[in-house]
Amino acid sequence: MFGKLTLHSIPWDQPIPLIAAAIVGGALFATLVWTWRAGHIPYLWNEWITSVDHKRIGVMYCLFALVMLVRGFVDAAMMRSQQAIAEGNGGYLPPEHYDQIFSAHGTIMIFFVAMPFMIGIMNFVVPLQLGVRDVAFPTLNNVSFWLTASGALLINVSLVVGEFAKTGWLAYPPLSELRFSPGVGVDYYLWALQISGVGTLLSGVNLVTTILKMRAPGMGYTRMPMFCWTSLASNLLIVAAFPILTATLAMLLLDRYLGFHFFTNDLGGNQMMFVNLIWAWGHPEVYILILPAFGIFSEVVSTFSSKPLFGYRSMIVATMVICILSFMVWLHHFFTMGAGADVNGFFGVTTMIIAVPTGVKVFNWLFTMYGGRIRFHVPMMWAVAFMITFVIGGMTGVLLAVPPADFVLHNSLFLVAHFHNVIIGGVLFGAFAGYNYWFPKAFGFRLDEFWGKTAFWLWVVGFYVAFMPLYVLGLMGMTRRMQHYDVPEWQPWLILAAFGALMIAGGIASQVMQLYVSIKRRKDLADLSGDPWDGRSLEWITTSPPPPFNFAVLPNVKGEEAYWGIKSQARENRELSETPKYEAFSIPRNSPTGFVTAFFTTALGFAAVWHIWWLVILGFLGAWATFVVFAWRDENETEVTAEEARQLDDKRRAAKARMLDIPAEATA
Amino acid sequence: MPMLNHMLRWQTACVLAAAACAGCAPALLDPAGPVAAGEKTLLINSVAVMLGIVVPVILATVAFAWWFRVSNARAKHLPEWSYSGKLELLVWSVPLLVIIFLGGMGWIASHDLDPPRAIASKQRPLTVQVIALDWKWLFIYPEQGVASVNRLVIPAGTPVNFRITSATVMNSFFVPRLGSQIYAMAGMEAKLNLMADRPGRFRGLSAHYSGEGFSDMAFIVDAVPPRQFARWVATTRGQGAALTPQSYLALARHKSAERPFTYGSVPAGFFQAAVKQAGAPVHETDEGGRES
Repeated sequence: MFGKLTLHSIPWDQPIPLIAAAIVGGALFATLVWTWRAGHIPYLWNEWITSVDHKRIGVMYCLFALVMLVRGFVDAAMMRSQQAIAEGNGGYLPPEHYDQIFSAHGTIMIFFVAMPFMIGIMNFVVPLQLGVRDVAFPTLNNVSFWLTASGALLINVSLVVGEFAKTGWLAYPPLSELRFSPGVGVDYYLWALQISGVGTLLSGVNLVTTILKMRAPGMGYTRMPMFCWTSLASNLLIVAAFPILTATLAMLLLDRYLGFHFFTNDLGGNQMMFVNLIWAWGHPEVYILILPAFGIFSEVVSTFSSKPLFGYRSMIVATMVICILSFMVWLHHFFTMGAGADVNGFFGVTTMIIAVPTGVKVFNWLFTMYGGRIRFHVPMMWAVAFMITFVIGGMTGVLLAVPPADFVLHNSLFLVAHFHNVIIGGVLFGAFAGYNYWFPKAFGFRLDEFWGKTAFWLWVVGFYVAFMPLYVLGLMGMTRRMQHYDVPEWQPWLILAAFGALMIAGGIASQVMQLYVSIKRRKDLADLSGDPWDGRSLEWITTSPPPPFNFAVLPNVKGEEAYWGIKSQARENRELSETPKYEAFSIPRNSPTGFVTAFFTTALGFAAVWHIWWLVILGFLGAWATFVVFAWRDENETEVTAEEARQLDDKRRAAKARMLDIPAEATA
Repeated sequence: MPMLNHMLRWQTACVLAAAACAGCAPALLDPAGPVAAGEKTLLINSVAVMLGIVVPVILATVAFAWWFRVSNARAKHLPEWSYSGKLELLVWSVPLLVIIFLGGMGWIASHDLDPPRAIASKQRPLTVQVIALDWKWLFIYPEQGVASVNRLVIPAGTPVNFRITSATVMNSFFVPRLGSQIYAMAGMEAKLNLMADRPGRFRGLSAHYSGEGFSDMAFIVDAVPPRQFARWVATTRGQGAALTPQSYLALARHKSAERPFTYGSVPAGFFQAAVKQAGAPVHETDEGGRES
């Protein structure tokens, strides 16, 4: 009836996961009860859970990423504290627990923090910047989000029911094969990633289609804001790379469930095949993450320097070159496999070549700042910190791309320091810049600057204190994933790194505080004009928050920096542009498809992990039936009348007139 | 049993702790052989070349951010400036030139320091066959007919030709002060050439995570004068247990750290058989989904 699932599956003997789960479960339950008592359930259901509005979905993605960031950070804090004390002793986390923690940390931070944060921001921003009303497939968008959430839920369930993988975040076979990992940990990992991977792929298809097919009139490719370009590149990579991940993990699943031998030691299996395939996805993956961050920094640097982005076309070329090259470098993740000098040399050189377009980007941001009037709001501070930090991370990356250097640095803490340097310093700083930058657009009020700056300093200094020692430890010959060690010279550096993690904890606390304070002070921080930063692209032309349909009339784009052009003209002429002709249009209806599908896929995943076959079938049929029911629904759109559109737009125009100090009579 | 393991681990730990801190310099910057020395030089050269571009960029970032702040009225104001052909040429060509130079360096070094490449020396190389086990290292000296667990004894000044495989999951054979690491994989035979310039004791480890006992998968490397090596072989040969398929299986199944010990004899072709065997399948069962 319940497959492998028994009472013994819950780790009664391990207090840490049990207490953690009790706290999280308790908090969730309390929130749910509070929401229900306060009568917010219908609001949540109608306005958020079933919403197909790209902005709402984007916000949910970002919120989800922030919550998972805390989960991933708790793992990190445990690892740093364990290594700080485990010199010549076992520390407080036994290997079977520690190994789950670092595997979960990597999996969560990449798949359920960095990815959803970037996808959330792209979801929110791209249609607004393109001047359109939604993404190409709004309901599918909702499904993507809930599938991602479904995968994350499975990983969190593994904390209390069974165990998580003890294989590292990429689950290299043969360690991840049934012979060496007979427990359910790897199965949790595989099903969580398979389910959320489908969500990611669908969201990639959605955004590529949106960018290619749905731009406002006049918005040619070379008029799109930089963020749209980097989003396009990133989503093209998702579409090309995620099927590789799905196929690779599917092969491992076949090995584990049906006795296949793709990657086993015996009967002709080949572990090197897995390593190649996983990195054929894994390297594009890092560019899937960093490219949108590059886009965010392009927007932020240009806006806060009050200048157009320097070398716009050159930036497009650089973006697309990175997009293509990212598929030609995967072997640098395993120079030490022994492929030979020619192969290693080739992939070393292709890897270094990526530094060229990346370098171009850094120079272009520099020249965007040159001659500007830089306003140091929180997003711009993140951008400057990024430029400095990322250059260091890029340098250590190129160093690791030199094969013989990699022979001594591979898998060391130097490598760990490098990829945290680029992923925290690049992706996460980018996400935080974007979060502070677009928050007022999403909610109609800015985030508190004091707490934003406190968070910034704690994070940035904490990052350096936490990760620079790891570079040193790598040079000292310390390898990654050690549960304990016996070299006294390493300990001071590890203690220092733990102290850095503590500062980052302070940074996260400040961010929570920032959100709380900002909500309290939302009246003072209100953004009435829809354009709090003197922006340049189309998301700032509409109100904050925008109406569900974004634009009453699709803007007519006449050049690069569409909104800046319209705004400058209004400033010059001392009057707004002509009142457009309002027409009725339809917008998609909300749909519970995503939530219901995810409910069934979660059941499917959980059942597959525990070999509860009847529930696997039920979950699959349920998910499939949900799609069929959706496909059969008759009414999937509602109409917005010309009059409604006009009324809303009048308010928006009045606010813009006030912002530009144009007399009211000139607006009519 | 755990107690005993713990004590063994402690003894190994003490020995290794002594090995780790010879002068206390970071291991990679204190090479003890030509491969490590070459890699150190490459590391320093590459960083030096890159610092030439990285430091100016960081300084320029700080300088531009500071000078062009909104409150600085003296700063030049160019609100429309967004293109310069000359600068574009410069921003593409400067990184490109640096990368061409570094790429050339990398390509040449990849060939010079390729792990299978023999080290030039007047001494005839010593062959050592390495098998990674859960969670220990077995070193076989086919020409000498002896084997050693968790302690690698090599003659200083003599190139060592390693043949590396695994009888379990993937590991990586790595002696930081001697240089290059390479993966140990079941069914594969990796080639690696290293040499210790002078006698010394070094720390060796697995640099690829391999499961629960991974942290203890360290070993001692003793580079000794050639005469002492010959003596070690002579005293080891014929002493202690013999490495046979049975004792090998017992060693492979004993999943814990080991205090170093030796085997007095090794049958011919033992390593090749181990490679071919690719780790004998030993299926395990679990209860309730959690591994104990």
